[in-house]
Amino acid sequence: MASITIRGVKKNYAKTQVVHGVDLDFTSGEFVVILGPSGCGKSTLLRMIAGLEEISDGTIAIDGKVVNKLEPRERGCAMVFQNYALYPHMSVAQNIGYSLKVAGVPSAERAQRIQAVARVLELEHLLDRKPMALSGGQRQRVAMGRAMIREPKVFLFDEPLSNLDAKLRVQMRSEIRKLHRRLNATSVFVTHDQVEAMTLADRLVVMNAGRVEQVGTPAEVYSRPASRFVATFVGAPAMNMLEGEVTLDGVSLLGGSRKLNVSRAGLSVGAKVAVGVRPEAMRMVAPGTPGALEATVDLIEELGAGRVIYVDLDGAPFSIVTSEIVHPEPGSTVGLQFTESDLHFFSSETGGRLDVFRASVPEPALQG
Amino acid sequence: MEKRVTFGRWTIGILFAVPQLLLIFTFFYWPAGQAVYWSLTLQQPWGGGNIWVGLDNFRSILANADYWNSITASLVFAGISTGLAMVVALVLAALTDRQLAGSRLYRVVLIWPYGIAAPALALAFRFILAPEAGFMAVVNKLWPGFWDPGLDGADAMASIIIAFSWKYVGYNFIFFLAAFQAIPRSLIEAAAMDGSGVIRRFRDIQFPLITPTIFFLLVINITESFQDSFGIVDIMTAGGPANATNLMVYKIYSDGFKGLDYSGAAAQSIILMLLIIALTIVQFRFIERRVHYR
Repeated sequence: MASITIRGVKKNYAKTQVVHGVDLDFTSGEFVVILGPSGCGKSTLLRMIAGLEEISDGTIAIDGKVVNKLEPRERGCAMVFQNYALYPHMSVAQNIGYSLKVAGVPSAERAQRIQAVARVLELEHLLDRKPMALSGGQRQRVAMGRAMIREPKVFLFDEPLSNLDAKLRVQMRSEIRKLHRRLNATSVFVTHDQVEAMTLADRLVVMNAGRVEQVGTPAEVYSRPASRFVATFVGAPAMNMLEGEVTLDGVSLLGGSRKLNVSRAGLSVGAKVAVGVRPEAMRMVAPGTPGALEATVDLIEELGAGRVIYVDLDGAPFSIVTSEIVHPEPGSTVGLQFTESDLHFFSSETGGRLDVFRASVPEPALQG
Repeated sequence: MEKRVTFGRWTIGILFAVPQLLLIFTFFYWPAGQAVYWSLTLQQPWGGGNIWVGLDNFRSILANADYWNSITASLVFAGISTGLAMVVALVLAALTDRQLAGSRLYRVVLIWPYGIAAPALALAFRFILAPEAGFMAVVNKLWPGFWDPGLDGADAMASIIIAFSWKYVGYNFIFFLAAFQAIPRSLIEAAAMDGSGVIRRFRDIQFPLITPTIFFLLVINITESFQDSFGIVDIMTAGGPANATNLMVYKIYSDGFKGLDYSGAAAQSIILMLLIIALTIVQFRFIERRVHYR
């Protein structure tokens, strides 16, 4: 168990900077997920913690001790790689026990610890096999076993589930979660999959283009995204965005004559804003309902438990998730309603959240 | 869908194979068969018939101490030059693999020695290793009589080993470097996370994973050291001094074309061929077991 402190960490490759000064604090025993699109620098950050990449600037400390100059083996971290990185010429037992062998643990004790780890991961019957003869899920478990056996202070996961099929991924996700509860080691998990991120994280770090966009619990990140990027990246389907300009009595939407009749508290008149609303926060009503926006249905995706209805709102794509059993015809007109407290406002220039809206404004706030 | 090409009539398949079969027959089986025939007869040096003598040629060769000396010299040469060429190449490739800048240049530069004809290479080394001028002259000045391949058999053997190894270091290097680079980086990183240092990683991870390449190069190097050494021996030592570098392939030439003992030379080439075949079989039987194929 260990805390990790990251201060002003940057990473340059030749002349290109890929991580632009990151400050983060991970507390001991916490499960942190770093979420971001590919190329956002999340894996680079993880590899800098592990010691596989040099830190160009700033410091990383594990348990208060700066580790910038330490070799990977001196940092007390274990890592699970995306492609598992199992040693192909060693059996499962040898793979799991390799770190102990390097550390000079006597073979009797080694065998005993390998057995213990294999029991937890249900690998006992596979110990003599070579990685070649294992399925994807089994390889994944061996990779976890290899990390576990060292009883590390810190667990690092570099997109470990992205090579598995959907069903296994869900299963391994809960196994990782259970494992964390058992071992309680500080864990840093990197992924681009938001479902993985939301379900695993105690705390979520959203990164984009080498910067941290937001740090918070999954619920916080979902309900109060700190930026337009986070708003559209977290949540599926993505949050709907309407471009507009603040007027005296609300926000007039660009690309049409419509207006959102919302209280303007704190927004300066004339400011360009993006108004976001989650597809789940939308209600579909009959066209012509007072206060509803009208839109044309494009496409319906049936999900079984619910359905996603894609509509066209003055040329802007818009989606609605509903669990009601409705089947509007493509091309027909529907009315859309939402509550003012469900709206998110972002600056069109900086993308930052314009944090002006108090929660709980009950009545419908829309006018066609 | 059937991926193999299939022919309606077997004759078409045979027709496609004929040009290649003809080449192999003309340039391998025919001369080899001819050598077998000659080795069982006594050929007239200037033509004009022969006498069937059965295995007499083999008996007389194998009873000759000079020939056993030649076999010993060949085995020593094969062992040391293969070892030297492979170890040097392995070390160079391992170092290059760690710091990759400029590796494309190394690849080009290091393959060149393999492209140089053996006699040209041998001539260069004859000057480089000459006892009376150049670098070795300086050494001889410090320790008089230390180096003289013209008089000392061991020095002569060392000279041809150095020349041959130099040629094959480049060849081996290319294969070793490719093998190292085919190892996924994450395996090395995983080993580093497991606490393994540079040397340990090389021993436990990289070395076992390049064993297929090591095995391939071992077979090639040993085979070539029996065959490709002719030009180097001919230019550098001509088999001397006192037969110290009279390798099997060179003795075949000198007995056959200088001594005009065609039958004896033919028998020697059959023995050389059998020896190379036997060595290759041994390598496949006993060493290949230790190879980890992925």
